[in-house]
Amino acid sequence: MQPFTTHTGLVAPLDRVNVDTDQIIPKQFLKTIKRTGLREGLFYDWRKRKDGSPDPDFFLNQPRYQRATILLTRDNFGCGSSREHAPWALLDQGFRCVIAPSYADIFYNNCFQNGILPVVLKTDEVQALFKGVSKEGYALTVDLASQTVATPDGATYRFDIDPFRKDCLYKGLDAIGLSLRHDSAIAAYEKRRKTEAPWLFTDLAAR
Amino acid sequence: MAAKTLFEKIWDAHVVRTEPDGTTLLYVDRQLVHEVTSPQAFEGLKLAGRKPRRPGATLAVPDHNVPTTDRKLGIADPVSAKQIRTLEENCRDCGITVFGMNDVRQGIVHVIGPEQGFTLPGMTIVCGDSHTSTHGAFGALAFGIGTSEVEHVLATQCLLQTKPKTMEIRVDGTLSERCSAKDVILAIIGKIGTAGGTGYVIEYTGSVIRALTMEGRMTLCNMSIEAGARAGMVAPDDKTASYIKGRPMAPTGDLWEQAVKAWRALPTDSGATYDKTVELRAEQVAPQVTWGTSPGMVTGVDGMVPDPKAMPDDRARKATERALEYMGLAPNMPITQIAIDKVFIGSCTNSRIEDLRLAASFAKGRKVAKSVHAMVVPGSGLVKKQAEQEGLDKIFQAAGFEWREAGCSMCLAMNADVLQPGERCASTSNRNFEGRQGAGGRTHLVSPIMAVAAAVEGHFVDIRNWK
Repeated sequence: MQPFTTHTGLVAPLDRVNVDTDQIIPKQFLKTIKRTGLREGLFYDWRKRKDGSPDPDFFLNQPRYQRATILLTRDNFGCGSSREHAPWALLDQGFRCVIAPSYADIFYNNCFQNGILPVVLKTDEVQALFKGVSKEGYALTVDLASQTVATPDGATYRFDIDPFRKDCLYKGLDAIGLSLRHDSAIAAYEKRRKTEAPWLFTDLAAR
Repeated sequence: MAAKTLFEKIWDAHVVRTEPDGTTLLYVDRQLVHEVTSPQAFEGLKLAGRKPRRPGATLAVPDHNVPTTDRKLGIADPVSAKQIRTLEENCRDCGITVFGMNDVRQGIVHVIGPEQGFTLPGMTIVCGDSHTSTHGAFGALAFGIGTSEVEHVLATQCLLQTKPKTMEIRVDGTLSERCSAKDVILAIIGKIGTAGGTGYVIEYTGSVIRALTMEGRMTLCNMSIEAGARAGMVAPDDKTASYIKGRPMAPTGDLWEQAVKAWRALPTDSGATYDKTVELRAEQVAPQVTWGTSPGMVTGVDGMVPDPKAMPDDRARKATERALEYMGLAPNMPITQIAIDKVFIGSCTNSRIEDLRLAASFAKGRKVAKSVHAMVVPGSGLVKKQAEQEGLDKIFQAAGFEWREAGCSMCLAMNADVLQPGERCASTSNRNFEGRQGAGGRTHLVSPIMAVAAAVEGHFVDIRNWK
């Protein structure tokens, strides 16, 4: 996984609440058996007008946001389905960071598995960033070590993040590798649990 | 010993180790796998040269892409076919049990887990699917995960988790006749909102919940994710044990006795506290119908489409305006005047035998309106078989419903069962997001019997006084 340390990038605004993962990446793009190439499905239904032509009003169709790497949005982003295709598609489009007042749990978690930093800021801070992004070329610097978002006009907003998640993302650690380091603890747990609750260990292959 | 909630008891029993900041390596007893969210997990495992730690703790089934029409014809879409073939190959390579498309036990992953006795109280259960919350009906801690975590569980039988907060949702009183678990959960989501449960595990309590059947509890827990909750749970009781007893993968003999004894100790201790409690009176729950593009956009069938102009909050007003435009509805329109084109009875929310029995009892001797196309998709091959033994298929077909093979079908329209743009559907599924049942399609979430009544009348009716 690509580490996230400090990142400066253009901001793209998606001014909607409750954006669900069905909108981020519709079902027809979930038939893939790969993690890559999902960019074309990102916000697929919102990119087009009813006649199928690109909707010039949709932010991702505007030249000024083509190279954006920070997505600015509203409450409860990523609700609904657990599809990890949502962060995969965002990453494929070039987004390394999302900023919103709140996220759905599974999406939030999935971001960390893919080197994307989901920043939680207060509602009024997000509102201030939405004001700022009306200027073309609006860029932010997101620094994970200091847990801050810095604006071009000198404001700095601090965000919270669990220390363990922060460390994994900062170093780009492989979460499975980390857990496998505790193999003996897992084995000890299984041994103890087998005597406490043996019915949990009647495995299917052993039938 | 300190008093604990059902959730805390299960959580504590599954902690392998804890990081200084509280991040926990949590042991996972069972994993369910389907074709859509697993190929990249198996690929990752292979690329890293890793093997599943406990292949026998995982059960796989294709459900999202499978056709619900004649399976002898195979799958028309080559991309869907490849995804299903990939699942079967991956499971074969890893020694994981998979119920293939033509196995009578095949079905929606959240229907077959309980049906097989794979889902048991006190377990931690995960699946790369947000509706894994369904299994919480058994007093298990069950939640949806992403594909990277599917891989993590395959490799380690564990997950890194931060401990969620607890929310009690207490439903007391008496439900109106013909109101069901579906109406209760939609009313709950309407009350607390689609992010009301974010960061929480919900435990449903109260007399109404105790009175629900296991199938009703599954419907209830299934939609916990639609309230944003990590999981939903109901404490196990005698009903839970009777439902499980004798199922193919359930414990037997001494193990059964030991398990049942342990399950009796699971319910929340008196004196245990939740981080938050929400109360709902059953008398206030009318049959529910969603009018918008989020499950929280819901009202009683005796209500009206809301008027955005009457909303003081700017963002709520904008979201409502947008939803009404997408849904093609006018403010203040009575819900009962909304005419529908399609009816879908199915999904992991409402496709079990009890749902079909109840729906059939209302469809019996009636006819689907000429303007409506209606279909019934059983939750599993075994549900279908049972329904056919009881003659439910004949009742549905005589009334003009199509009777299909088991799968996710039009709940998310990954197979050929899709709404056309502008089509309006009364659906027993769980999500009414834009385009969920097909690009431009309009979904109204309802209970199975509300769906039957809508199919017959061609528009929504208040099932409480439908003759």
